[in-house]
Amino acid sequence: MSATPMSATPMSATPMSATPLLEVRNLTKHFPIRTGLLQRVTGAVKAVDGVSFDVHAGETLALVGESGCGKTTTGRSILRLIEPTSGTVRFDGTDVLALRGETLRRMRQRMQIIFQDPYGSLNPRMTVGAAIKEGLIVHGLAEGSAADRRVSTLLDEVGLRPEYAARYPHEFSGGQRQRIGIARALAVEPSFIVCDEPVSALDVSVQAQVVNLLRDLQRERGLSYLFIAHDLAVVAHMADRVAVMYLGRIVELAPRRTIFGTPLMPYTQALLSAVPVPDPLATRQRILLPGDPPSPANPPSGCVFHPRCPDPRKDAECTRVVPPLEEKSPGHFVACLKQPRLHLPSHTS
Amino acid sequence: MTISATRDSTTAPDRPLLDVHALQIAFPAGHDVARAVNGISFTVARGESVCLVGESGCGKSLTALSLLRLVPPPGRIEAGSQIVFDGADILTLDDERLRDIRGQHMAMIFQEPMTALNPVLTVGDQIAEVLRVHTTLSRQETWTRTVDMLAQVGIADAGARAKQYPHELSGGMRQRVMIAMALIMSPKLVIADEPTTALDVTIQAQILELLRDLRARTGMALLLITHDLGVVAEMASRVIVMYAGRVVEEANVAELFAAPSHPYTEGLLAAIPKLGQDTERLHTIAGSVPLPTALPSGCTFRDRCPYAFERCATEEPALVQVGSAHRARCHLIEEPARRATRHAVATP
Repeated sequence: MSATPMSATPMSATPMSATPLLEVRNLTKHFPIRTGLLQRVTGAVKAVDGVSFDVHAGETLALVGESGCGKTTTGRSILRLIEPTSGTVRFDGTDVLALRGETLRRMRQRMQIIFQDPYGSLNPRMTVGAAIKEGLIVHGLAEGSAADRRVSTLLDEVGLRPEYAARYPHEFSGGQRQRIGIARALAVEPSFIVCDEPVSALDVSVQAQVVNLLRDLQRERGLSYLFIAHDLAVVAHMADRVAVMYLGRIVELAPRRTIFGTPLMPYTQALLSAVPVPDPLATRQRILLPGDPPSPANPPSGCVFHPRCPDPRKDAECTRVVPPLEEKSPGHFVACLKQPRLHLPSHTS
Repeated sequence: MTISATRDSTTAPDRPLLDVHALQIAFPAGHDVARAVNGISFTVARGESVCLVGESGCGKSLTALSLLRLVPPPGRIEAGSQIVFDGADILTLDDERLRDIRGQHMAMIFQEPMTALNPVLTVGDQIAEVLRVHTTLSRQETWTRTVDMLAQVGIADAGARAKQYPHELSGGMRQRVMIAMALIMSPKLVIADEPTTALDVTIQAQILELLRDLRARTGMALLLITHDLGVVAEMASRVIVMYAGRVVEEANVAELFAAPSHPYTEGLLAAIPKLGQDTERLHTIAGSVPLPTALPSGCTFRDRCPYAFERCATEEPALVQVGSAHRARCHLIEEPARRATRHAVATP
C-alpha cells in the first residue's frame, strides 16, 4: 500500500515499505551574511534550499554533487549537528527537529555519522578503545569489562586487532583510522549512518577495503546509509538510489542504474561525462561545462543550472521559472522544465 | 668510473629531455635514515606526456620536487643521484643557472594553487614577475603578454581578472592562473603535481582538457604526478608506477592497462571502482602502504602480494625488461607459473 508520492514531496522509488525510515521534507539551511560595522544581516547563503527525500530501511541513498552544493550541510542538518533553518526530518515516525535535550541524545544513538577525515574526528589523546567506549558509556549501553568486550568485538568486526584498543590514533594509517571511525559509529547500534565522504581521503587500494566493509556491515546489520560523496564511481558501487545536488537543491533522483544509464538532467549528464575513465582505449564523449558553479549567496533566477546548461532546449523560461523536482517516469525525479514526463514501465532492478 | 664521464651532458636531439638516474632522497629518522625515494631512474622525451603514479607516501611528489631542487629540508638528495635536464646537470648547477632553468625551461604546477600563489599580489603581477625576472620586456609588453597568457588558459575577461587577488578567484580559475604562470616562458617541461586533485570533477575535466590542448599547441613535455588512474588513462603516453620509493613498473599506457606485469599495478587497476560496472564487491589490496622506516625485506610489496613466495622475502627483485618499452620489478617475470597460485594475504 504505497501512496503515490506527490511531485512536491517525492522520493519513494520503490514501494518496498509503507513508511520510510527517514523522511526529509523541504529542508532548508540559510547561513546569514553579515556586513558592516553593526553586522547587519544583508543576505543569506542558501546552502540547502528545499531538499526532500526518503531513505528506506536497509537502503543506501547517495547524495552526490560538487563542493558547495550543500550535500554535507544536508547530512549534518538531519543529525542536528547544524540546526536547519526550516523543513521537517522524520526518523522512524519521530520529528527529529522538535527533539530537545535527553530525547535528542537518545535519538542520536540511532543516527550516527562517519566523517571524511578520521584523524580530525578522533581525539589524539584518547586511546582508540576509550574513543569507541565513550558512546557505550554515554548512552548507558555497557560499562566496565562488558564495555571492553564490546570494544574488542567491534574492532574485530571492522577488521582490526582487538589489542589495538590500547593504542592512540596517530599510530594508525588512514584506512585503519577510518575503520576506527566506523567502529565508533557502530558501537551504539545505530540503524542509520550518515557517511560523509568516508573514502575520499583514502588511497585507491585502501578505499576498496573500506567500501567493501561498509557494504558487509550494511548487509549484516540491516543498516541504512546516507552516503555523501563526490566520487561517482564509488557511488556506483555503494548506492541503491542516487540524488544529485546542485547549488542547494536536488536536481535529479533515481535508482542507481537509471542515474548512470539514462540520466535526464543536463547537469547529471555533464557530471557523469566528466569522470575520468580508467581505460586508455575508451572513447569519451565529454560534455564540458563552461565556468564555475555560481555562489549559493547569489544563485541564478529560475533553474539554478541555466547559466551553464548546454542543453539546446534551454530558453527564456529556464531563467524565470524554478523547475520543480517531478517524477518524470516511475521512481525517476528530475528538476528540468524541458524534460517531458515519460510514462515508461517501471524500472525493475 | 664516474657517472658523469659515461653519461656526458651534451645536448643531442636523441637524448631524452629529462634523464633521472639512481635518484635517492633520504630523511633522517631517529638514528637511521628513511629512503623516501630509493634509487629511481626514468626519462622523459621531448614533447612526451609521462605520468608518475602511486599512492600517498610512494615518493612521487618528492621526486617531482627534486627535479627543481625543491626537496624540503631535512630531506636531502643523496650522493650518486643524477638529474640531467636538457644537457644541464641539475644537482651541480649554481644558483643563478638553476634559477634560469626554473620557470624558464622547467616549470611546476602544484596541487593547491591557493597556497602556491601569493595572497597579497594580484594574479597579473605574479605572472608578470616571471617575465620581469627572465626577460627584458617593457612594462607595457609584460602586461600585454600576461593578459594574453591568461586568455590562453581560458580565463574570460582576462584584463580584469589579472587585477584580482587569488582569493577573489574560484579554485578552477586559480589553477588556470598557476598554469598560465608555468607556461608564460614556454618551458620545455611542465611538472604538474596532482594538478586537479583539489578540484571538482567538472572543473577537473576543464583543466585536463586545457593541459592536453596546450601540450598539443606548444609541444611541451608533461610530467604529471597523480594517484588517479582515470587521469592517467586520459593524459599519459607512458606511465611509471611507484611503490614505497621505487619504480615497480613502467610501460606505455595502453600496455600497462591491458597487461600489467607487477601485482601492485594489477591490484590497483582492479581496485578502482568503475562507472557502469555492476560488481558486488571491489577487488582489494590487503594491508596498507609500508612506512619508509619499516620496509619489509626483499620485495617491498610482498606482504600485500597475493603471489608472494619464499624468494620474495630474501631477494629484492630487479627492474627487468618485460617488453620493448615495458619494465617491471617482480620475481614472477622469471617464474610466471607462480601467477597461477594466488593466495590470500592476511590483513594486519
